[in-house]
Amino acid sequence: MNELAVTVLGHDRPGIIADVTSALAELGGNLEDSSMTLLRGHFAMTLVVDVPVSSDVVEKRLAHLVERGLRVSVLPLPADDVVAAEGAGFILSVHGADRPGIVSALTGVIASVGGNITDLTTRLAGGLYVLIAEVALPADVDLLALNEQIADTAATLGVGANLRPADSELL
Amino acid sequence: MTETVRIALPDLVLPTGRLLPVLRAPHPVLTSPVPRVDPTDPAIVQLAADLLTTMASAPGCVGLAANQVGIAAHVFSLDVTEHPKTHTSHGKCVLVNAELVEASRNERGREGCMSVPDFTGDVKRATRVVVRGALPGTGQIVTITTDAFEARALQHELDHLIGLLFLDRVAGAHAVHPRRTYL
Repeated sequence: MNELAVTVLGHDRPGIIADVTSALAELGGNLEDSSMTLLRGHFAMTLVVDVPVSSDVVEKRLAHLVERGLRVSVLPLPADDVVAAEGAGFILSVHGADRPGIVSALTGVIASVGGNITDLTTRLAGGLYVLIAEVALPADVDLLALNEQIADTAATLGVGANLRPADSELL
Repeated sequence: MTETVRIALPDLVLPTGRLLPVLRAPHPVLTSPVPRVDPTDPAIVQLAADLLTTMASAPGCVGLAANQVGIAAHVFSLDVTEHPKTHTSHGKCVLVNAELVEASRNERGREGCMSVPDFTGDVKRATRVVVRGALPGTGQIVTITTDAFEARALQHELDHLIGLLFLDRVAGAHAVHPRRTYL
């Protein structure tokens, strides 16, 4: 079996997900993790599929989507390339007036202490920019210093930012 | 659905309220903590009336903090009477210098806000709370013990007064949603 990353991007219409996933199912593919959403009205799908055929075969099977205006990419994923996110879970919220550089500046602060962003979404509506990130921080991070750095960076950008522990209830 | 439990607070004697414009994020007054104020100050009594009038004019609005209408004062209005998720309700009320005394039994729920009109978010809040504050006009201290949606709304308003929006409390990267209908 081959683990492949498939991305499909383009103008949204009903049926894209059904088209892509039925084509993969016909090839004997098993969907693993996936994210399928609309980004400012554009369809965006990223998924990992385990298939008994090569990436070329998958690409050919999805070629009809390209003819219908979608952009499709199929990439093999090396099996030993998986890194588990380690560390304590935190959530970073940022909101304020939209301007270039908000994401890069704040994710840069997280990266500078060895923090790993495990999920991040941003949304823009009515002049309000919102970034919410799930962050895994190394156990030895100085949280007070990090919070200060985040507050300083946010102040420079004229936005508000807030880092707090994520709830992780084990039932 | 369980029946709403109604608890009456002492009647407020307020002047006629004015309809004030509600500020939208981003705005600095929404992200700054507000100072405590004198509940017997006539300007605060007028503000209480204005908050109730402004809140009542917006369909679905169950609470309004003073900084949402641009005034840095520790005052908010609340009325969850008509909301389907309400259990205990203290009706239409305004509290000055209120504080959260007790909070327990967290549950996740979806919140909207007049100052963040384009989004809703999933926020974990206590479903049992005790809040103490002063009534505008008399300054009488009242203690509200409540639950369910009124508890959530109280915590949302108290957050406004320390400069926090629900966006600062959402549960994860996929917990902010484009808003379709208000609350």
